[in-house]
Amino acid sequence: MSLTPVIGIVRKDLRMFWSDRRAVIMAFAMPISIASFFGFIFQGRSADDEVAKIPILVVDQDGSRISKAILDGVGADKNLDVRSLPLEQARDSVRRGNDTVAVVIPPGFGDAASRAFFRGTGKPQLDFLYDPSRAMELAMVRGVMTQHVMEAVSKDMFSGQGSQAVIDDTLKQLDSPSSTAMPEDERRSLRDMLTSIQRFNTLNRTSSGGGGLSMPFDMHEEAVMARQNAAYNGFAHSFAGMGLQFMLFAAINMGIDILTERQKGIWKRLRSVPLSKFTLLGSKIASGSIISSLVLLVSFAFSIIVWHVRIDGSKVGFVGVAVASALMAASYGLLIAALGKTPNAARGVSVLATLLMVMLGGAWVPTFVFPAWLQKLTVVVPTRWAVDGFDAMSWRGLGFGSAVMPILVLLGFALAFSALAVWRFRWEE
Amino acid sequence: MLEAVDLRKSFGTLVAVDDVSLRLENGETLGLLGPNGAGKTTTVSILCGLTTPDRGTVSIDGQPLSGDTSPGKRKIGLVPQDLALYEELSARDNLQFFGALYGLAGAELEAAMASVLELVGLTDRAKDRVKVFSGGMKRRLNLAAGLLHNPDILLLDEPTVGVDPQSRNAIFDNLEQLRSRGKALLYTTHYMEEAQRLADRIVIIDHGKVIASDTVAGLTRGGGTLESVFLSLTGRSLRD
Repeated sequence: MSLTPVIGIVRKDLRMFWSDRRAVIMAFAMPISIASFFGFIFQGRSADDEVAKIPILVVDQDGSRISKAILDGVGADKNLDVRSLPLEQARDSVRRGNDTVAVVIPPGFGDAASRAFFRGTGKPQLDFLYDPSRAMELAMVRGVMTQHVMEAVSKDMFSGQGSQAVIDDTLKQLDSPSSTAMPEDERRSLRDMLTSIQRFNTLNRTSSGGGGLSMPFDMHEEAVMARQNAAYNGFAHSFAGMGLQFMLFAAINMGIDILTERQKGIWKRLRSVPLSKFTLLGSKIASGSIISSLVLLVSFAFSIIVWHVRIDGSKVGFVGVAVASALMAASYGLLIAALGKTPNAARGVSVLATLLMVMLGGAWVPTFVFPAWLQKLTVVVPTRWAVDGFDAMSWRGLGFGSAVMPILVLLGFALAFSALAVWRFRWEE
Repeated sequence: MLEAVDLRKSFGTLVAVDDVSLRLENGETLGLLGPNGAGKTTTVSILCGLTTPDRGTVSIDGQPLSGDTSPGKRKIGLVPQDLALYEELSARDNLQFFGALYGLAGAELEAAMASVLELVGLTDRAKDRVKVFSGGMKRRLNLAAGLLHNPDILLLDEPTVGVDPQSRNAIFDNLEQLRSRGKALLYTTHYMEEAQRLADRIVIIDHGKVIASDTVAGLTRGGGTLESVFLSLTGRSLRD
């Protein structure tokens, strides 16, 4: 078989692609700008970056020494931006979305917390009024509040002015007849411990004045990536996702072009030539793959030059995932041509299908934010494999072995799409 | 030489082509006439291998035309009713593409493009995009695209639709020149004067069947014009 017709079809398709300025801008400028935006948003922070603080409100209805200590603690926390407001204003601010969480310290909280510290009964309640659209931040605020409340209460118990009264009161209750619910052994142990704390506090007041519970460890964080101490580059993921999305958009255009060729009668002329169906459709897949690869190549080249994205994993694996993705995209375009009735009708449906596929594939936001069942379900979407493959070969820095499965699955999808397209393609008018 | 025997093609309950047989010799122009929906385009589609007939055979120089890659297809040049061109590309790029489909490349392709552009009078406009061409120029380029590979048989499906008299006349001149070179032409049209000027023989089909086949002189032997004969054979009711 002569390759001249194949080269002719590919050359013509490339000329057509470059002749449409709008399509070219769409194919190159759009993924770069959108991926840059997403990359900026999802960019991991380096040690020098300022942390985006969570805005919270604290409503101190207690006004005790302990509640003030809690306020001091959370006010100094690097993760929180703390303001104090009355209850109704705080509730209103959260409802309007100005603040994420309002923590309400009710009257008598400090006193009740001190008493509950040793006995475990009569625990007071901290109220969290939160914005339901930012529930993830609530969990973080709860953790931070737990730390500061524990520190404030324990410090007060071990060194504070109120500790003597609470311990005296607790000791009295232990000796009262109403305390029979507690077994004698436990009562004796608690009495010994409280007496020891009384002695410790007496010594402590005459010396340094420190004390209380504190976090018994420091934390060290390390992002596990290809290179040690390398900062995570969020642009690697966003450019993979957007590159893929616009590869598929280029494939849609290819499918629409075939439908337009049919509408204009050009397909009749193509079919009057002694060429096999395989040559005609294979050439279309070849030109679609080249255009899709160009889209990805330009996007990634930009991300490498401007945003310093690195292919830290296997370069061969990266090329493999790119080629398999391009073949998958081109065969998807062919499928659109096979299933579509008219160019306009096909465009609407295929754009919707593509956006769904891209979204579920984790091209917009990483799949780990999806519910567990959806994460499992998205393995049936080819874009998921492509995005995972690109992530593995770029910022994760994995070897060729990690690219094999994505490549095979993408080639499988390409084969399935092509087979379906050939089966459903309307050869005769 | 092209020969079709007992062609039949139906789409659901509609029989588009019903036992059509015809023969086209080298150097001959055959006019295929018929009202709208008579089956002309379906017949042409079968003759050039676009549509598979339910029954009957098409042969070229005695070899049956069958399958996508049948060598006989290379001997046929199709000029479809639609302007089957890429408007965003230049005339030259269009011809380069259609030539490549037939395996033409390099000097051979350049020579073929120069020849057909000269024939249709578009040499000076070869680098212009088709979208800036007039209707007549597009029609001429449509014809040129079907001639690039130097086919022996040219199937022309209403090649002068929507063109001005000057362009139509130019196309006639082109076709007469081709006939003088020994090409066989099959020409479908609604215009009786075109058939009268160009065709050596006329085949009239209606409702998918051949209802007359003769020379213009033979058809008008009983008196009247070709148009009056056509109307008497196909009726005066509207065919939309």
